[in-house]
Amino acid sequence: MSDTVLSVRNISKSFGGIHAVNDVSFDVGKGEVLGLIGPNGSGKSTLFNCVLGQLPADAGEVQIHGQRVGQMRASRLNKLGVGRTFQQLSVFPQMSVLDNIILAGQEHHGSMASRLFGPSDAGLTAEADRMIQFFKLEHLRDEMAGSLSYGQQKLVDAAMAFMAGPSLVLLDEPAGGVNLTMLANLKDRLETYNREHGTTFVVIEHNMEFVMTLCTRIIVLAEGAIIAEGTPDEIRSNQQVIDAYLGG
Amino acid sequence: MTTKMVRILFPLAALALLVLIPLGQGNYIIYVMTSWLMFSIAAMGLNLTLGYAGQISLAQASFMGIGAYITALLTLAGYHWVVGWVAAMGACFGIGLLLGYPALRVQHHFLAFVTLAFNTLVFLVLRNEEWLTGGNHGLVGMPRPSFFGISTGKNLEFYYFVLILFVISAAVFYWIVNSPWGRAFKALRENPVRAESLGVDTRRITLLAFAIGSAFGGGAGAIMSPLVQFIEPGSFALVHSLKILLMVVVGGAGLFYGPMLGAAVVILLPEFLRFTEGYYLMIYAALVIVLMVYSPTGLIGLGTKLWQQIRPQSEVRKDMSKGAQL
Repeated sequence: MSDTVLSVRNISKSFGGIHAVNDVSFDVGKGEVLGLIGPNGSGKSTLFNCVLGQLPADAGEVQIHGQRVGQMRASRLNKLGVGRTFQQLSVFPQMSVLDNIILAGQEHHGSMASRLFGPSDAGLTAEADRMIQFFKLEHLRDEMAGSLSYGQQKLVDAAMAFMAGPSLVLLDEPAGGVNLTMLANLKDRLETYNREHGTTFVVIEHNMEFVMTLCTRIIVLAEGAIIAEGTPDEIRSNQQVIDAYLGG
Repeated sequence: MTTKMVRILFPLAALALLVLIPLGQGNYIIYVMTSWLMFSIAAMGLNLTLGYAGQISLAQASFMGIGAYITALLTLAGYHWVVGWVAAMGACFGIGLLLGYPALRVQHHFLAFVTLAFNTLVFLVLRNEEWLTGGNHGLVGMPRPSFFGISTGKNLEFYYFVLILFVISAAVFYWIVNSPWGRAFKALRENPVRAESLGVDTRRITLLAFAIGSAFGGGAGAIMSPLVQFIEPGSFALVHSLKILLMVVVGGAGLFYGPMLGAAVVILLPEFLRFTEGYYLMIYAALVIVLMVYSPTGLIGLGTKLWQQIRPQSEVRKDMSKGAQL
């Protein structure tokens, strides 16, 4: 399928005798917002790390835009158009919000030499300001990222993931620890970005309300395998999913 | 006065002082000030590797040694000092690049031991390869250079020559740390995994941090050769790498003026304390301990803390002025 952005084929990963991910396959199309959910220990994070090449899969392969990524370095994946956020806070605390966001774009502009001999902002201040405005962070532009609240840092983190104009963004628990007002803002920004740019999202999240309202399709993992796949409404009423979550 | 004006006026005022202070002073004071400028250049290099890029190195003195010996050998063979200076910085850049490779695999105290071992290795080579380095007897009689008929032979002339090199080094250092490379160095220090996920080639930037920092060390060594006109392996032993590390930490690692201030403390403070005679090293050590306990971010960090306490507290952080809506 030419519109496939991410293709995961028969990925398996074991730790000793534990099958963390067992023969998982799925495709994600252009502009899709896919949610990966499952109870704790279901293999979501292991699968995420295999997709991003941070963990070598025991079997299977991952393709992004038809290119096998294997254990491609994160910097090369990023140049291929893959953005990501982390479960933990991942801003650069001793740099301003503006510098955090410029950094997220600078490696996509010019060569190594031009980044030394060119302008100190790599010509990205205007673009970074647009991203800051998009995420409603104008009032924090010149603050040190480390001095912001948890939720504000999550927004900066998201802005950084989008700065290089990725075609695929993997969001690892973006709602974790974020208050309701901030969460509504984050969701609104993600929806708007997806609508305006057609960017594909893969979201790991425990917050069911967030996933059900943001995602267009959901895959449910339990004990390392896919137990259900469908629209949010289909997933809500799926007995296997209810059993997996309630331990039935 | 705006921050921008202070940023321009402060270095100009400091430069004017550096031009004026040595006038009318004796040879010893001029020598100590030249030595401070030279160590400031070496500390700038370590500040880039450690302070900005977060890569621990206990080998900066060894790069000074490599630079000093290359310059000494070339100038004794009749080449102009500039040839030695360029060769010293080039060689140290290359060797620094190689020393950076272990940093791709090991970090923190393990990396400290790798660089410590490298410093010891260089010391042993300088001491044992007598045919080249003169062994424990070292090398003597390196000439001070002349430029277009202008000699730097006298101490004051040589001081101004080193001051020019110091200004050039500081300008290059400022340019690097304020370029996108500088931003990538800081990202490497603060969160290498995140930096890599944003497209920063952390391998390349780690190697560059070592290579550029080492080249500054080599440049400082190239000055030492004609300054002292006698070099021997003991001048580049591990204790001197620790001294340069102290300069960076005391001044403020990761801050532009940190290593210059730190070098001033390490080189000039013991001289100021000499009136205490036998106690000066003890007082010096106690002052450093107190500083590190109360301000781990060094003298500049201490100054910033004091300034934040005394400045008017009228400015509210912009998001707080709207109330805690977020």
